[in-house]
Amino acid sequence: MPTVPVLDTAFFRHWLELAADTVRRESARLTELDSPIGDADHGTNMDRGFTAARLAVLQDPPQSPGGLLVTVGRTLISSVGGASGPLYGTALRRAGRALGDAPEATPPELGEALAAAVAAVRELGGAEPGDKTMVDALLPASQAYTGALADGLGVAAALDAAAGAALAGAEATVPLLARKGRASYLGERSIGHQDPGATSAALLVGCLRDAAEARPGADGPGADGPDAPGADGPEERR
Amino acid sequence: MKKLINAPDQVVPDALRGLAAAHPELAVDVAARTVVRRDAPVAGKVGLVSGGGTGHEPLHAGFVGPGMLDAACPGEVFTSPVPDQMAAATRAVDGGAGVLHIVKNYTGDVLNFRMAAELCEDEGVEVRQVVVDDDVAVTDSLYTAGRRGTGATVFVEKLAGAAADTGAPLAEVAAVARRVDACSRSFGVALTACTTPAKGTPTFDLPADELELGIGIHGEPGRERRPMMSAREIAEAVLDAVLADLPPGGPVLALVNGMGATPLLELYVLYGEVDRILRERGVEVARCLVGNYVTSLDMAGCSVTLCRADDALLRLWDAPVRTPALRWGC
Repeated sequence: MPTVPVLDTAFFRHWLELAADTVRRESARLTELDSPIGDADHGTNMDRGFTAARLAVLQDPPQSPGGLLVTVGRTLISSVGGASGPLYGTALRRAGRALGDAPEATPPELGEALAAAVAAVRELGGAEPGDKTMVDALLPASQAYTGALADGLGVAAALDAAAGAALAGAEATVPLLARKGRASYLGERSIGHQDPGATSAALLVGCLRDAAEARPGADGPGADGPDAPGADGPEERR
Repeated sequence: MKKLINAPDQVVPDALRGLAAAHPELAVDVAARTVVRRDAPVAGKVGLVSGGGTGHEPLHAGFVGPGMLDAACPGEVFTSPVPDQMAAATRAVDGGAGVLHIVKNYTGDVLNFRMAAELCEDEGVEVRQVVVDDDVAVTDSLYTAGRRGTGATVFVEKLAGAAADTGAPLAEVAAVARRVDACSRSFGVALTACTTPAKGTPTFDLPADELELGIGIHGEPGRERRPMMSAREIAEAVLDAVLADLPPGGPVLALVNGMGATPLLELYVLYGEVDRILRERGVEVARCLVGNYVTSLDMAGCSVTLCRADDALLRLWDAPVRTPALRWGC
């Protein structure tokens, strides 16, 4: 019988570990994508931010999913710089605030948190869908997640749908003309390149799916205690 | 690419330690990433804070001192500083008359400074933000992030700094800064791309026999490539772009700025052409600067900035200034 992932603090800690590892692994590619249409620093900046966020959560472990996301968001704002620091940071803070201080989020509450994150990015950055920004990955992800839940799918399948939509959204930025951020200075020449922000956004959503797959439930055999960070246990179950 | 560094991720702290050693008149906090004039806050004077990614030296830290900025916040290379830095700098220079944030128009800089201003206003410090957006290479429309802030930043920081020194209130200093931005236009040209320490390879490929028109100061490519041109032709192309958009008026301040890897010898070749063309077109140059002021690491190339300056602005320009990179009258 498939177990249902529990969206507790340990789940989000696991997401953070996966996100920090993924951002580090993909750092060179994100910077490479940022070179022709930006300023060649997106991977470096994201890596610095998620490394700092991992450390912040280790030093003062938050006691709720909402608290964890607020801590991660605050740390990104204080350490990333550029546009991605305030955008991702505010998105995660808003998502955290939407979850409040409950010890566990329900699947619909996670959907509300995703929607709050997307709304924060759109409000702060002013980007519309199709402007070749992280919104082009985040908005389809949020909609796919909510749609999957409405179709009666479980949280793992809904996160899988979200990750797929985010990836497709990021890839669909290739033919777009950039209208926000530094790529917009290039005009027509921004066409033909995948947006680095949409790409990192798809990676972060993909880590939510991976966290759900790797961690079947708080009562399962590999449940991470608050002092057991890292991607050790889940690997064994694959 | 060879770089005179110890490690790519230590460039900014290492450079700040060097700045501190070379300029004891500046209080450099390497950990907090702030550069503040040592006698700050100056009681009753509006404080001026600017900042941005590093890689544009001497901007901004080189313009900290009496008559110009009270503090600068250096970010990572080509990356906006973070709100904590800006808030720390703002607190350090608030002499009771409020603080002006001078922000180059890039999404990251604007967002981070906006967050810092909110933090400081919560603590009771009055903050105004002035956004510099002088680069005519970018189409200013609803469909872009707007014009970039480039060479005019030097004019804004100098003239607003002089206005603050007269004891003018925050609203008036902010108005001077906005006026300077509104009557300044810039355009840049790259002969080579630049190489960030972290990436280690050029940010874009520019063939040896081509140049790029309309580049920014972050190694981001421009809008158009052409076969390599002479200094005379480059001056014509740049001034065509700048003058087409410059508001009408009297004499100008002129900045012929090097992007980092172009020798001063060549900048003077260019300035000679600029001066000749402006005379031919009936534009009087009241004051000029020739040199490396707003650079883009090791990019070869130049930018030209013109600012219409009336007598009031010229008086502010001539007022004493004492910073590492700009000093006269004192």
